[in-house]
Amino acid sequence: MDSIKIKKALLYGFIVLAGATSNVATAIELGGFVQTNTAATNIDDTKCTAGTECELPFNNQRIQLRAENRNDSGSMSFYSKVDLLNDSALKTSASDVREIYLDFNFDSIALRAGRQIITWGVGDLLFINDIFTKNWVAFFSGQPLEYLKQGNDAAKLDFFLGSTIVEIIANDFRADHLPGPRQFVFTNLFSATIVEPTDREVAMKISDNINGWDTAVYASRGFYHQPAFNGEYPKLNTAGVSVSGAFLDGVLNLEAGYYDSVEDRQGTDPNIENSQARLLFGYTQQIGQDTQIGAQLYGEWMQDYDDYKANLLSGHPLRDEVRSVMTLRFTQHYFYQTLTLNLFAFWGISDEDSYVIPSVKYAFSDELWTELGFNIFSGEATGEFGRFDENDNVYLNIRYSF
Amino acid sequence: MKFNVKIIKGLIAGLFVSVSVLSEVNAAAPDARTIVNNSLNLFYSAANDMSVNVKMRLINSQGKERQREMTLLRKDVNDAGDQHYYIFFHAPSDVKSTTFMVWKHAQKDDDRWIYIPAIKLVRRIAADDKRSSFVGSDFTYEDVSGRNINDETHKLLRSVKYAQRPVYVVESTLKRPTDYVKRVSWIDQETWVPLREEYFDVRNQKVRIFTADKIKKINNHYTVTERTMKNLQTGHQTKAVFENVKYDVGLEDNLFNERYLRNPPRKWIQ
Repeated sequence: MDSIKIKKALLYGFIVLAGATSNVATAIELGGFVQTNTAATNIDDTKCTAGTECELPFNNQRIQLRAENRNDSGSMSFYSKVDLLNDSALKTSASDVREIYLDFNFDSIALRAGRQIITWGVGDLLFINDIFTKNWVAFFSGQPLEYLKQGNDAAKLDFFLGSTIVEIIANDFRADHLPGPRQFVFTNLFSATIVEPTDREVAMKISDNINGWDTAVYASRGFYHQPAFNGEYPKLNTAGVSVSGAFLDGVLNLEAGYYDSVEDRQGTDPNIENSQARLLFGYTQQIGQDTQIGAQLYGEWMQDYDDYKANLLSGHPLRDEVRSVMTLRFTQHYFYQTLTLNLFAFWGISDEDSYVIPSVKYAFSDELWTELGFNIFSGEATGEFGRFDENDNVYLNIRYSF
Repeated sequence: MKFNVKIIKGLIAGLFVSVSVLSEVNAAAPDARTIVNNSLNLFYSAANDMSVNVKMRLINSQGKERQREMTLLRKDVNDAGDQHYYIFFHAPSDVKSTTFMVWKHAQKDDDRWIYIPAIKLVRRIAADDKRSSFVGSDFTYEDVSGRNINDETHKLLRSVKYAQRPVYVVESTLKRPTDYVKRVSWIDQETWVPLREEYFDVRNQKVRIFTADKIKKINNHYTVTERTMKNLQTGHQTKAVFENVKYDVGLEDNLFNERYLRNPPRKWIQ
């Protein structure tokens, strides 16, 4: 099914469901919010290039409308979440269909068809087996976390075999939304024309709770979601495993994965990422009243490093064989969780860079909250975080829910 | 006359002593641990399962209110005290459809998960149930899903009347103190309902007061359908109303897993 067929099928499904639900007259549940996100930078005039919004690169206002309905038994339901977005910085307006899908639930099988957000894995802002599309621009501009995730046009089939859940997904390709020159000042080594793949991606997860541990194995066949230097999105297969459970008064998370770079298995093509093994270890604990800390250690181990070194493109910085990152999260709630202090810090151990996000959020009421925070990038200009060193910003989010 | 008065006084005093001794002896037939155990059983594990709609009003010292509306499902796993809890949030809008699951273990730490619908994320949460506020209310997680009898040592202080009811007043001291050190409970001698609880901190200051405001007998189980937890230090209080309380509805064993965390069982959650 291509995307048009999916849309047709969805439309047909809605008509069927509308007919089915109108008989039982279940009320449509409506909700949503109005939200603003503004982030100001202080980029050095001498470094600001023409065409970049250097002072106020992020200034958007959105209304989200959420609608859901189901038949009486819950065997069929639909869900939609659509944002009407005005971007004052880029002077554009658009509708952003965050999610719109149909659910069919049976005893031991469920189907979800349509645009949907899917989140896998146990990492906190570090992703191994969550190979689904992401919006890094939203994340770097301090938008609420949910905007890091984008919807995939997909069909998702779940099988429930006792306590084991088997999930199978087929989806259209959707690239990550990456920082570009309109809103970011950084050394962009990328100049090729981008060609998106037309083939679909498939992914599978099998999960169960084994002796109190949430255990999952994953596999996927698709593409990198960030373009290679030749402008293409190379093929990528992944396989992995995750485990999560209660340990010493806290929660222990372990995740591992292998990234098989199908089009460069020898590691000799300088345009394409080498295959990688990825490993994550995380631990979270409550250390006081309404106070939590979490730490993670993460590594990406490049396979065929000698071949990578031998074929490195000129002008490209040499990367380490193992990229290691540590993260720290500190969260504290005050005044009956109306005030939340949060600190998330990435420390690029091998890249010698860092990305620190301190924020404070206050809920005036159940409906209205505001968040003030900073995105602070530092360190080596060749690092994953350090290359955005010029783009430190202070952001303000306000949301009114209805 | 003087002599007589002395005799009468002595008689009266003796009578009082003997009455109080009698009441201690007679009323103290169950020991403190048994009293608390009966009360915990009634309060947190009546029947084999339960479904209830809970409305909470979170009221600050200025009288400003926030609301939480949820459906709570509970099923007992065994007689040892292992239980499964499932909570679906209906309101406020910002947390609508968030779900929450607890596998409560009598012998080890509980397992807890939260599902965040905006990003379709299931995550384990590391929370100390004695110290964590339940969704910003004056109740802790433990107040909602129950405490372990072995976490505290229990002592019967006295038998008195409270709100026209005969009650046991029991002091329960935490073996590993956290934000509270001890609590004193007024437990109904006939129904085992905890009518009142007072929580004390390390300086022996009273910090929180629980009151059972309305009690109904539902399917033969005494149920606190309206309750208040008030924090004396902040002036904040939470009033919870239990509506549509049903016992022994036949909740399925497999309800309490990741499938239904992500996709609520509509048979039970409307």
